[in-house]
Amino acid sequence: MLVASLLVASFVIFAALYLAPGNPLAALSGGRSLPPASIAVLEQRYHLNEPFLAQYWYWLDNALHGNLGISITLRENVSTLIASRIWTTAGLVLYAALIILVLGIGIGLVSGLRPGVLDTGTLVTTAVSAAIPAFVAAIVLILLFAVKLGWFPALGNGTDLLSNIRHFTLPAVALATASLAIVARVTRASVREEGDREHVQTAVSRGIPPRNVIQRHILRNAAIPITTITGITIASLIAVAAVVEVAFSLNGLGAYLVQSAQSKDLAVVQGISLVLVTAFVLVNLLVDVMYAVLDPRVALGSRAQ
Amino acid sequence: MSAAVPVTVRSTTRGSRAVGMLRATGPAGIASAIVIAVATFVALFGPLLAPYPPDLPNLSLAWVGPTGGHLLGFDFQGRDVLSRLLAGAQTAMLGPLAVVIVSVTAGTLIAVTAAWRRGATDAVISSGLDILFAFPGILFAVLAAAVFGAGLAAASIALSIAYMPYVARVLRGAALKERSQPYVAALEVQGASATSICLRHLVPNIAPLIVAQATILFGYAMVDLAAISFLGLGVQPPNPNWGVMISENQSGILQGYPLPALAAGVCIVTVVIAVNVLGERLFDQAQAGRI
Repeated sequence: MLVASLLVASFVIFAALYLAPGNPLAALSGGRSLPPASIAVLEQRYHLNEPFLAQYWYWLDNALHGNLGISITLRENVSTLIASRIWTTAGLVLYAALIILVLGIGIGLVSGLRPGVLDTGTLVTTAVSAAIPAFVAAIVLILLFAVKLGWFPALGNGTDLLSNIRHFTLPAVALATASLAIVARVTRASVREEGDREHVQTAVSRGIPPRNVIQRHILRNAAIPITTITGITIASLIAVAAVVEVAFSLNGLGAYLVQSAQSKDLAVVQGISLVLVTAFVLVNLLVDVMYAVLDPRVALGSRAQ
Repeated sequence: MSAAVPVTVRSTTRGSRAVGMLRATGPAGIASAIVIAVATFVALFGPLLAPYPPDLPNLSLAWVGPTGGHLLGFDFQGRDVLSRLLAGAQTAMLGPLAVVIVSVTAGTLIAVTAAWRRGATDAVISSGLDILFAFPGILFAVLAAAVFGAGLAAASIALSIAYMPYVARVLRGAALKERSQPYVAALEVQGASATSICLRHLVPNIAPLIVAQATILFGYAMVDLAAISFLGLGVQPPNPNWGVMISENQSGILQGYPLPALAAGVCIVTVVIAVNVLGERLFDQAQAGRI
């Protein structure tokens, strides 16, 4: 399934840009007219006169060996350009994922286990913040914490690790805002649902200490839906990171993808899309592995619901 | 599980059924519906309601704050912010509407086909949907912009394709459940055709879930399309659009003129909250079989 997904995704990426208007020869020559001899050399080097599927195969083969072609605008290897930006995006997504894991699940657990005013407040707050797009969160955070309070820098990457963390805090919070709320809501709902089940009520009425009931009966069963929603939202951050990188002028893959899409630098668009889709599929795979760890029944061959 | 099965009496006419669905969502649902109705009205008539021409720059008024006739002040090119918000509602609302119509229609068709045929057809469709899941919506839209050029149309088509598997997956489950109901077998025995059973009975019976799914999807589409326009790959300036307004007035945040960008952000967030609340409530009611 994983390989099939990646194959289809890579095929879509290649086919889409193969169909893009514009002649690859014109792109290679920068629009100048070429003598027939050089056209023949170029066609042979880039396999331009071979059938579509053969070209796809060459491209995929090269991509698997780390060769993603050459950027038209910067005249550099796409792999080199990606390698210099990948850690910005990875750092941003991991930072946001950490915020979601700690705060999203934490808030959801507290509000699920303790009904009351706090719980109602959480419901209203998360309903609002689930509706805040990352770029709206970005401008509000810049306005409050960079312009008004001056606690964090507004734009840019930072130079060493400590300043990196300071520069990445606002972007990571902007990226996490909506997902955090969704994870908190689903966590709350599944904890509440498990708490209402008959075996939990029985355990409570038999006088089993609340701590044991929560750990053994509520959390273990609620872990599956919580893992699903956390996995889905964290995977989706990989694509949304582009928006945050543009808003905060971070030098990451997403911002570079958008810039290349605007300048029609197709080799870069293909390369970055391939890297992002692979990351997306790998995160989903990680979630599937987590199911088997959390729920022994899944390992027996049934699928997590 | 209680022994008593609640019996729902469904209204016969379409209008009263819609009212019944809305009433079941409670006060928060009705309030959300009113917000959505107002936003739709502005989307339809916004350019006529705008007190000033939304595209007319006047650089001497750039970043000027609210004054008597201009309630929200002026943007980075000295255009009236309120007029641009009203006119910008059109692309902000119509884009997501198109995405929802296309992806929900295609998703329903695929889901009902899979559920009706069952067996091999269902297996092929289901694994096809699983594979399509590998493409996040925004990434697909950026790819479409690189190939077909920036614009609302390319982005909307890309999002419709990316959302379709989500719709199909949820509706397939509901359609499979409905397919195994005794009334479907009874109609088959009577010689009713598959198309007629699906169109006249099966789809109307899962309609509440379809409506709920479409509402939730509208919120996602609105956020994603606004993000694409914010990135410069959707609606092109100087055309007014809420996403575009945030990106073109972002420099004002650093210079101490946050109002134009914030106003557009508030519009997006308000509509998305309303859509989410209504969609979530419709979904809960539909799952419980109350509408």
